[in-house]
Amino acid sequence: MSTFAAPRLSTSVRRDVPAVEVDNLTKVFRRRDPKAGRFARRAFPALKEVTFTIERGECVAILGQNGSGKSTLVRLLSTLLLEDGGSARIFGHDAFKEARRIRRLVNRVSVEASFFKKMSAQENLSYAARFYGMTPSQTRTAIPEILQRVGFPPDRRTESMMNLSRGMQQKVALARALLTSPVLLLLDEPTTGLDPRSKLEVQDFVREVRATHDATILLCTHDMAEAEALADRVGLLDRGELLFLEPVADVKRRFGVETLEEAFFAATGRTFEEENHDDELREVFG
Amino acid sequence: MTAIGATMRNELIGLGGFVERNIYLTRRYILWDIAFMVWTIANTLTIVFIARVENLPKAKENELATILLVGAVIWAFLGIIFEFMTETVAWERWEGTIEYTFMAPVSRTMHLFGQGAYAVLYGLIRATILFFAVSAFIGIHTPNANYLAALGLLAIASVSFIGVGMMTSVLPLISPEKGAQLGFVAQGVMLVVSGVYYPVSVMPHWMQLISKLSPATYVLRGDRASIVHGTGVAWADAWPLLIIAVLSMPIGLAVFTIGERHAKRHGKLKRSG
Repeated sequence: MSTFAAPRLSTSVRRDVPAVEVDNLTKVFRRRDPKAGRFARRAFPALKEVTFTIERGECVAILGQNGSGKSTLVRLLSTLLLEDGGSARIFGHDAFKEARRIRRLVNRVSVEASFFKKMSAQENLSYAARFYGMTPSQTRTAIPEILQRVGFPPDRRTESMMNLSRGMQQKVALARALLTSPVLLLLDEPTTGLDPRSKLEVQDFVREVRATHDATILLCTHDMAEAEALADRVGLLDRGELLFLEPVADVKRRFGVETLEEAFFAATGRTFEEENHDDELREVFG
Repeated sequence: MTAIGATMRNELIGLGGFVERNIYLTRRYILWDIAFMVWTIANTLTIVFIARVENLPKAKENELATILLVGAVIWAFLGIIFEFMTETVAWERWEGTIEYTFMAPVSRTMHLFGQGAYAVLYGLIRATILFFAVSAFIGIHTPNANYLAALGLLAIASVSFIGVGMMTSVLPLISPEKGAQLGFVAQGVMLVVSGVYYPVSVMPHWMQLISKLSPATYVLRGDRASIVHGTGVAWADAWPLLIIAVLSMPIGLAVFTIGERHAKRHGKLKRSG
């Protein structure tokens, strides 16, 4: 079984600093609130003074319901949002002031595969790799290699993405993220909506990436079993607040419970499925 | 390679990525492209046949048909550039790739130039096919045509249009739905005031004043003179286009940068639906 070559580390990756340092990070969205009046707007804090650190090579899972702020966190770290307070540093670089440097280091897999659907996997990966400075001669060999590693059938490489299953599309999304050798991989619910087999394949691949790549992984999910299986530490984001971020064993010990579901209940006083009107409104930013 | 050299290299590869992506898209939608081309030829014929209705002497009829054809072809070309630029963000939203493109380490300048470069290439191919197909069908003769001068002026106008397109491409970034609609409105206004099928002088004075701001006004006037009478590039047509190009590029980029910050601040840099 072949493995990927170690990523080409950019000279701008500092080894003496944590991979991710988030300090009092705050993000507030304003949106219409029909309940309060036709033109009324209300502030929804998507993230409230979130603070945590991820060490290089670590895999950290952030759990949370829909609208808890997971995707907002990923978007802030991907330079797609600007902060309303606090700071975020990735390998020592300010995520908001040094966006161009950060973008070389980070890639992401989100819940939607997000491709030009008429184009093939080969074409989608090819043009996307150019944005990261990869030449046609580099991608000619790299794309078939990486697609093979994620278990994508070689004879379907030139088929339109719209003809592929969700599981297949998600494999191509993983391949796209890894093609550019990111040192920080942001996985935003990468297995949501997948069938059990595709889910296990994606999870196995994440494990393999950890074993063979010099990559730090931030996994945002609402799948507690997935978080427990893949991550070194698990955090709980609830309505924009990070309630804890610890190894699973420590979480269970702290709350005196057997499962993460029970820990969620102990930490919030609610069940994981329970949501209210505010959560629904918050979800639009997810 | 120096750091600046490496950055420039990566930027140019990134620009190539946008051109490459659009080539793939054209290939995948080729039947739509053929259908659109046939429609454009048919539509242009309906305009150019107006010259035959007038019962003019043969030479005059040929001149009027050429004037109408040049208007239709130039507008088809500039319209494509304008549409491609205006829909830079809208396409990405429809396909859901917007976040991946905007988090990639390629500058917005190269992003917009890449989109513009492909639009010019694509528009030029379509305009050439349109011009010769309609000329052959109607039997238009252009013995005095100075195609080199016409292309030269068109090249300058393309830069102006890319710049103006950059400004309008920000609209869907600020307002995902209304922005695309406003882009169409802006294109429509430019079509009316630029004298595509009639001289600018037939319009009311206030519309003539607006026409001075449209790069299409100058390229239409200059290219008609080059193709009908064989004149070279007239300075009177070139300088306004150069000024619009020089001003619209940096202004377009600045406007887009401001729009992108606004979108990041308010969470609008995401897919729709």
